[in-house]
Amino acid sequence: MTATLPARAASGSEQPPALPRRHGARATALFTVLGVTLVLLTLYAAGRGQLAIPAHEVWGSLMHRIGLDWGTMPTHPQGDNTLWQVRFPRIALAVVVGAALSTAGALMQGIFGNPLAEPSVVGVSTGAAFAAAIVIVFQIQLIGTWTTALFAFVGGLITTLLVYALSRADGRTEVVTLVLTGIAVNAVCASGLALMIFLGDTQEREQIVFWQLGSLNGSRWEYVGVVTPLVVVGLVGAMLMARRLDVLALGDRAARHVGIDVERLRLVAIVLVALLTAAAVSFAGIIAFVGLVVPHLIRMLVGPGHRVLVPASALAGAVLLLGADLIARTAMTGADLPIGMLTSLVGGPFFFWLLRRTRRTAGGWA
Amino acid sequence: MSHGDLCLRLTGVSARLGGHPILHDVTMTVVPGELVALVGPNGAGKTTLLSVMSGDVEPASGRAELDGIDLHRWKVAALARRRAVLPQEQRLAFGFRAVDVVRMGRAPWARRPEEDLDDVVVAESMQRTDVLDLAERSFPTLSGGEKARTSFARVLAQQTSLVLLDEPTAALDIRHQEQVLSEARQLAAEGHAVVAVLHDLTVAAAHADRVCVLAGGRLQADGAPRDVLTPDVLGEVYGHPVDVIDHHGRLVVLPHLIDTRPRSSTEEAACGSARS
Repeated sequence: MTATLPARAASGSEQPPALPRRHGARATALFTVLGVTLVLLTLYAAGRGQLAIPAHEVWGSLMHRIGLDWGTMPTHPQGDNTLWQVRFPRIALAVVVGAALSTAGALMQGIFGNPLAEPSVVGVSTGAAFAAAIVIVFQIQLIGTWTTALFAFVGGLITTLLVYALSRADGRTEVVTLVLTGIAVNAVCASGLALMIFLGDTQEREQIVFWQLGSLNGSRWEYVGVVTPLVVVGLVGAMLMARRLDVLALGDRAARHVGIDVERLRLVAIVLVALLTAAAVSFAGIIAFVGLVVPHLIRMLVGPGHRVLVPASALAGAVLLLGADLIARTAMTGADLPIGMLTSLVGGPFFFWLLRRTRRTAGGWA
Repeated sequence: MSHGDLCLRLTGVSARLGGHPILHDVTMTVVPGELVALVGPNGAGKTTLLSVMSGDVEPASGRAELDGIDLHRWKVAALARRRAVLPQEQRLAFGFRAVDVVRMGRAPWARRPEEDLDDVVVAESMQRTDVLDLAERSFPTLSGGEKARTSFARVLAQQTSLVLLDEPTAALDIRHQEQVLSEARQLAAEGHAVVAVLHDLTVAAAHADRVCVLAGGRLQADGAPRDVLTPDVLGEVYGHPVDVIDHHGRLVVLPHLIDTRPRSSTEEAACGSARS
């Protein structure tokens, strides 16, 4: 017998059911915690070093600069000078570079639809570094301090486009292809970097090597002035494309079906990644894995939506790099450890763990 | 065609994929208010035909038009407000919640007046496909059927006049299969044009207004289920004899058993022709 079930009650007559909230208290809490941590860490980090300055004196010096007579000025005669000539530029650079690296990582993972994409893993940092080393060795001075940034940007852009073109097949990027492409690109750029070291004189060599290890030593306000606008542009751009980046998780085809101009979006995102990587690499050298670790942790806490992920990663990246730099310059008395060494020490094992996990959940090397 | 009325028209469409000819001279139209089932053996070109209809594959010759405009000349965003596609495979790169995935269907309406309806539309779409309970779950952890229904909700949320479904019932149990297809029928009744690739001929006969039989990249038959789903046509197209039984007004398509083979392969063949 052919049976026909009665139609379910017309849904229009009822009140539409309630949906879970977009991003709730967790995101707000995360932003608050990160913001407070950044402020406290800044006050603490500024006071640490060969010349110790208590946090309330750091606060006093800061307030004094913006015209408020709050708190006590540093008691040591060189205190205020040390803060403003050495510590604050370094802290500011750590903050913007950390934000740049994390945002670049989050963006890259979004456009590749792959949690393992990161500027240093896929060789973009090395590409930018190679280009910047050319500036050092040949002492190119086109536009002053900006020259290094410009070259790093071009180098980063070329390598990002290269990795993108080489690692995609059928509209998706497989983990194994991406990682192997990264090895190849890294190898070529590293050989270019090696050539630059070979060509340079002793002083240039030392400069390149130190900077290859990644360090915020010798930060100047001038550098902060170059890096900050680039990071602001990258961050704002990333925020503007956040919702479209979410949709990209569906894959290229389905994203196009819901009206996303995938190719254009990806091209703009690649330019932003190159910009952010260049901003970070220009004066701080290669600091690996920050862009891998930070967005991943944020995703675990508040989910993968880019409207929260991008700004939260930027903030968390700033906190992380500020903390890492504090360790780098205070862990050993009288020595300034390369910060890139520290981040790789933590980031390398993390990358491996992530690789194993991705491999398992994706059911093999998919 | 009256103004504003949707019409999908394919005229003499041939298409190639990776250099291989897949479709030959397909001519058909789809109009609002009908549910069209695309059926045919494996490799007949059903998915490619659907890709031509969605604008993903540009015809090598012939024309594919929506509202009188060639599909490949539509702007990506404008097209997304006119047609939605349920893909065969549901993949997601990150662990978005089911409700976030359904919300992605609202992307083409961003920064438009219709955006205000987002919450209502998303909730209704999820109710219609019975996935409201899954709203908070992470999409990659859902079962195949749950993923398919969530993706179907995303397609509904897109609110387009043309809806293309590539094997919407492949991973579904009987209850959800009937539910999804009755929603598809409901869409057609509301004035949408719906095209669905279906494997199960009995299911196609029960739900479709029209059945298009594709074989070897050519349209072999196009008409009402009762006219098209005959033992002659199906036996020829699938290369396997079938019985078509009228069961109280509903058509049931039964493939013949292959009985001279070893038992295991007989079962396989019987299952194969019923499922594929």
